[in-house]
Amino acid sequence: MEDKARIGVYICHCGSNIAGTVDTKEVAEFAQGLPSVVIAKDYMYMCSDPGQNMIKEDIKQLGLNRVVVASCSPTLHEHTFRQACQDAGLNPYLFEMANIREHCSWVTEDRDAATEKAKALVSAAVRRVFYQEPLEVREVPVNPSTLVVGGGIAGIQAALEIANAGHKVYLVERAPSIGGHMAQFDKTFPTLDCASCIFTPLLSAVGQHPNIELMTYSEVEELSGYIGNFKAKIRKRARYVDEDKCNGCGTCIEKCPWKAASEFDEGLTQRRAIYTPFAQAVPNVPVIDTEHCAYFLKGTCRACEKFCEAKAINFEQEDETVEVEVGAVIVATGYDSFDPSVISHYGYGRYDNVVTALQFERMCNASGPTQGKILLKDGSEPKSVAIIHCVGSRDKNYHKYCSRVCCMYSLKYSHLIREKVEDAEIYQFYIDMRCFGKGYEEFYERLSEEGVIFIRGKVGEVTNRALTEEEQGKLVVVAEDSLMSAIIRVPVDMVILSTALEARADAEAVARLFNISRSADGFFLERHPKLAPVATTTEGIFVVGCCQGPKDIPDTVAQASAAAARVLAVISKGKVEIEAAIAAIDEELCSGCKICNLLCPYSAISFDEEKEVSRVNEALCKGCGVCVAACPSGAITGKHFTTEQIMAEIEGVLV
Amino acid sequence: MSFEPKIVAFLCNWCSYRGADLAGTARMKSAPNVRPIRVMCSGRVEPVFVLKAFEAGADGVLVLGCHPGDCHYSEGNYKTIRRIALLKNLLSQLGIEDERLRLEWVSASEGGRFVSITYEMTEQVRKLGPFPRRNGGSNG
Repeated sequence: MEDKARIGVYICHCGSNIAGTVDTKEVAEFAQGLPSVVIAKDYMYMCSDPGQNMIKEDIKQLGLNRVVVASCSPTLHEHTFRQACQDAGLNPYLFEMANIREHCSWVTEDRDAATEKAKALVSAAVRRVFYQEPLEVREVPVNPSTLVVGGGIAGIQAALEIANAGHKVYLVERAPSIGGHMAQFDKTFPTLDCASCIFTPLLSAVGQHPNIELMTYSEVEELSGYIGNFKAKIRKRARYVDEDKCNGCGTCIEKCPWKAASEFDEGLTQRRAIYTPFAQAVPNVPVIDTEHCAYFLKGTCRACEKFCEAKAINFEQEDETVEVEVGAVIVATGYDSFDPSVISHYGYGRYDNVVTALQFERMCNASGPTQGKILLKDGSEPKSVAIIHCVGSRDKNYHKYCSRVCCMYSLKYSHLIREKVEDAEIYQFYIDMRCFGKGYEEFYERLSEEGVIFIRGKVGEVTNRALTEEEQGKLVVVAEDSLMSAIIRVPVDMVILSTALEARADAEAVARLFNISRSADGFFLERHPKLAPVATTTEGIFVVGCCQGPKDIPDTVAQASAAAARVLAVISKGKVEIEAAIAAIDEELCSGCKICNLLCPYSAISFDEEKEVSRVNEALCKGCGVCVAACPSGAITGKHFTTEQIMAEIEGVLV
Repeated sequence: MSFEPKIVAFLCNWCSYRGADLAGTARMKSAPNVRPIRVMCSGRVEPVFVLKAFEAGADGVLVLGCHPGDCHYSEGNYKTIRRIALLKNLLSQLGIEDERLRLEWVSASEGGRFVSITYEMTEQVRKLGPFPRRNGGSNG
C-alpha cells in the first residue's frame, strides 16, 4: 500500500437498539487498540447529520483514509456512509460497515456475549478495510423505455404515469385483454363506486396512448441486462386474428358455434371459442382459443373466417417473439384467487349455491351471468345468505396471512344483497373485522345499521344434512359463535366464500425470470418493507400491486405511482452507476485454461485467442465472484471482495 | 466452563445475509458463537477461506447461500455444492470431522431458519469439541 492506513472507527448506539445490549464504550476502546486505528468513537446515532459530520470532520482533520462504521445492516445504511465519505473526499470503497445491530445486538440476549461479538465484527471490518482499495464507479446511459408486466390496475396505473410523463412503455399482458381482476369487479368498497365506471376510461386511455405499446396475449420469456439496459424477449401468442385488420364488430363471435366456460365470469357463463373476455376489452380484438375451436380440434368449421368482412381471421398465424430494450421493469402480475374446493367441508363444488367471492362479484354485475340479479341455481332469489370470511386466509392449513380485502368486500356484498333483495337475512361469519383503511370503519358501522348479522366464529362446516324441519332444503352453516361460546347452526339459501388472495401459481418461475426474491408466503419480496417498498434486490426491477402481497385498490394504485416515480427518477437522471465491485483478470498470471469462461453465468468472460488469456467484459460482469474462487492461477481479482480482504476479515472475526 | 465453539459463517449477500438481517429485525435470538462474513455469492467462497477459518481459530464453518434455483447470480450456489462436497472429502482425509463444515440454504425470508441453523451448528460443533490444532490457535 502506498499510503499508511489511517482508520477511523465509529460505533453507533442506535439509541438503545445497539447500546441496550452492546457495551459500545468498551467496543470503542477495543477498536482504539486495533492496528492502524487513529480514532475510535461511539455516538448516539451515526446516521444522523451530526454523526455523519463527525466522520467528515475526522477525515479532514485527522487525515483518515479508511472508515469503519459499526451500526446496522449495510443493506440499510451502507449507501449513507459511503456518501458521507465521498462528500469528505474519500473514495466510498474505502469504507466498511460492521453490522452490530441486526447480526448482533438484536439477536443476542447476553450483554457480554453481544459485546464480544460486536468486538469481533468490528475487528473484522478494521482488518478488512486495511486492504480495501479505491474503485471507480462507472456510469452508463439509461434507456428511457420501460417494461410493465401485467395489465391489471397496478400495471395500468404505472404505465399511464410513465407514458403521461412522455416516455415509452411496453405493457405486456398474458390475457387477451388488459383489465385484470379489477375489470371483473362490480362495485368498489367503501365508496361503492361502480368499478367499470372508474376503470373503463383507464383501459381505453392505455389502448389509445401514443407512448404505450400494448402487447396482450403475450408473455415475457427472457430478461437479461441490468438497470438502464435490460433486454426482454416477449412471446406474442398467435390470436389467429389480425389486429390491424379487425374492426371489433363481433360477428365472428356471434357465428362461432363452439363454447367453453368463461374465465371472466368465473365459469358461470359460457363464451365462444373465438372471444373477447368482456365487452369493454382493450384491445377489442378477439382471440381463438385453440383448445375449444372446432377447426383446431377437428379441421373443419371456419365459420368465423367465412363471416369476417374485414378478412381479419388468419388460421396460419404463428407465435412471434419480439425483443425490446428498456431501462427499467415494473412487475405487476397480480394474484390468484384461492381455490376453496380444497376445503371440502365448505361444500364448494358439491353444493350448487356455495359460490366464491369472485363468482358473486360477477353475479352482481349488470353484464354478468344473471344481469346483476342475485339468484340461486334454480333461478329464485335467496332469502338468506351467509358470507364466510377468511377462507384460506388466517388458517395455518392454507395461508397464515390476512388477505386484507375480504372483510371489506364481504361488507360490500352485504350491502349489495340488501340493495337487491331487500328482506334477505345476511350473516357474516368472521374471525376479526379488519376495517383499517380510510372510510372503512365508517362503512362497517353503516352496514351494522343495515341489519346485517355479524357472528364471530370460524365456520366448521356447510352441510345439507338437515336436523330440523327449518333446515330442510337449506345449506346449514355450522359454526362456533365464540362470543356466545355456543355451537350454532344457521340455515341459509346461499353461501359466499370470501376466498384468500394468493401468489400466482407460477410466481416461482416469474421470480426467477426477473431475478427477484419471494417472501415465505410466496409473494414477491420488496427490497425494504418501509424504505423501499416497491424496489427489489435487483436494481431497476420494481414490484407493485398484489404480486407483492394482498392489498386493496387504493394501496395498489399508490404503489404503482410510487414505482412509476422511481422509474421516472432513473430516466430523468439519464445515467446509472454500475457496480464497481467486479472481476478483473491479471493477464500476466492467466494461464489461458478457460475454466472461468465456462463458469460465468453471464458469459462476461471471453477468450483472447491472440494473447491466449481470458478477459472480463465489465458491462456484463455482476461481481458474483464465482470465477475468482475457481481460478487455479489466482489470476482473477474480485474487486472489493479480494482474497486478501476476506482472509483479513476471517482473521479479524476470530479475534 | 463449557466449551463455546467459534463458528465462521459465510453468508451470500442476497439471500442468507438478508435472512440473518430478518432474524435481527424480528428480534429472534441466534447463537452468538456464529460470526458472519458477507460475500456476494456463496460461489465466491474459496475452499481456502474455509481452511483459513480453521487455521485462524474457528471450530466450525457455515456456508449459507440461496436455495437451489434462487441464486441471485443464476447458478453460483450450484458451484458451491460441488466445492463443499469436495472440501468435506478433503477435510476427512486430513482427519478433520467433516461435520465441522456445513452448507445450508437460507432465503431472505427465512430468519427463523437462519436462527435454528446457528443453534444446530453450535451444538454439533460443541459435541465435536475444539478444533484439533497442533500449534495452539485461539482455542488451542
